[in-house]
Amino acid sequence: MGVLLEVDQIDVFYGRIQALRGVSLHVDEGEIVTLIGANGAGKTTTLRAISGLTPASSGSIRIRGQDITRTQAEDIVTKGIGHAPEGRRIFARMSVRENLDLGAYIRRDGETRSDMERIYTLFPRLKERQAQLAGTLSGGEQQMLCIGRAMMSRPKVLLLDEPSLGLAPLMVDTIFQVIREINAEGTTILLIEQNALKALGVAARGYVLETGRIVKEGPSKQLMESPDVQKAYLGI
Amino acid sequence: MRFFADQLILGLTDGAIFALIALGYTMVYGIIELINFAHGDIFTVGGFIGLTLISILGLQHAPPALLIPGVILVFLVAMSLNGLLGVAIERVAYRPLRNAPRLAPLITAVGISFILEGILFLLKGPNQISYPNLLPGGSLNLGFASIGVGNVFIILIALGLMIALNQFIQRTRVGRAMRATAQDRDAARLMGVNINRTIAITFFIGSALAAAGGIIYGFDYQTIDFSLGFRNGLVAFTAAVFGGIGNVVGAALGGFIIGIIIDFVGGYFQGGQQWSDVVVFSILILVLVFRPTGLLGMRVPEK
Repeated sequence: MGVLLEVDQIDVFYGRIQALRGVSLHVDEGEIVTLIGANGAGKTTTLRAISGLTPASSGSIRIRGQDITRTQAEDIVTKGIGHAPEGRRIFARMSVRENLDLGAYIRRDGETRSDMERIYTLFPRLKERQAQLAGTLSGGEQQMLCIGRAMMSRPKVLLLDEPSLGLAPLMVDTIFQVIREINAEGTTILLIEQNALKALGVAARGYVLETGRIVKEGPSKQLMESPDVQKAYLGI
Repeated sequence: MRFFADQLILGLTDGAIFALIALGYTMVYGIIELINFAHGDIFTVGGFIGLTLISILGLQHAPPALLIPGVILVFLVAMSLNGLLGVAIERVAYRPLRNAPRLAPLITAVGISFILEGILFLLKGPNQISYPNLLPGGSLNLGFASIGVGNVFIILIALGLMIALNQFIQRTRVGRAMRATAQDRDAARLMGVNINRTIAITFFIGSALAAAGGIIYGFDYQTIDFSLGFRNGLVAFTAAVFGGIGNVVGAALGGFIIGIIIDFVGGYFQGGQQWSDVVVFSILILVLVFRPTGLLGMRVPEK
């Protein structure tokens, strides 16, 4: 399997503050890759750069070899990148079903009904609540909706930003179970987590981000055994 | 009883006009949080475009068989042209300020308002210009009251446009994109929604509805002048705030309620016409103080 998503030496600035410094990473077809790091290390910024919300000022981003560095956010989803953003960002004043419909906004193929059923199979709770306003859902249900919505565009790679944040342990397990299932069905995943143990448990490889730089990378197992990572992120 | 019914019909007719204008205020506020102070003047321009089209087509003298398609054509063309005017204003005056502090586009909107009024003044002069009423005359006698057929038409046209708008926003893909953009611009982009295009469509629809309001105003009052947008725009803005700014159903409801209030105050109180604006803007102040979200403001938790 080849490289699906390639981030090459990107810099990102917020005004005059540099958030990312020469970040490079790649995700192969079918992989789960995780990006771990402390608050403010630049994890979210990396995902926002990939999906075009915070464009990189230098470096390049490619999907299947096609350069998307300068592509607008609204067009990047058509290149096969689905983004379940930080803070879930679901459309609170729309129903669950409408949120999923919006996830399929770019699609004109008429198969969205069956995809919606697939989302409902992954998250039966969403089916029960499909007519309910999304803003009335619990945090865990909103996270399900956020992931489901991103999946409705049939992404090749799914970007997940802290899917476990603020959720009860049982819900965290459910979400990670679904991440595995989505991956098993063929979607490549780039996962950001503060819960490094969980993240490395599900991912094949990982990158460690510190103050805007990649400081370590390798297979999850290797990272879990690294004393630095253990001390900083695993609390061992 | 008869007087009450008369005032009610008058109020609903005025309300229909205010509601059509209020929709544009509320839609634009909903999507870019801008109070488009030029919107009242966009309404006036729409009325003038309608008048020009009526003259070009010679509809004042048209035989009855051609009148109905002619009026429909006037509405469609005036609404389209005014819609394009709204899109052009957004493109030139507001889009470059999309990420500027909020005060900048607000002041720009006031400036655009002056520019539009200035242009209308130059082109049309300071005087009131007579406007033909192309709606059917006569009245329906209901026993306890008689209702002008023209008024019924005005209310029905406005309601029809509002229902069409609501269906568009609730049921279509573009309508859904508009609501998504209003709620969370970044998230909408992640879905593939083109924000610039969606905002342009919003301005188009708002300005088109204002044109319909302008033509209806002309039919109803049979006069038009360059400064019409100032007062009517402010009253319609009050209606939008009253209904809950950002809420389309609220704007329609607010428009009708404000229209009824104005005509009841004007009809029942000695010298009431002078007082009706005082009452309207007192309502604006009271709503802003005690219920800033308006009648149908957002009540759903965001998180």
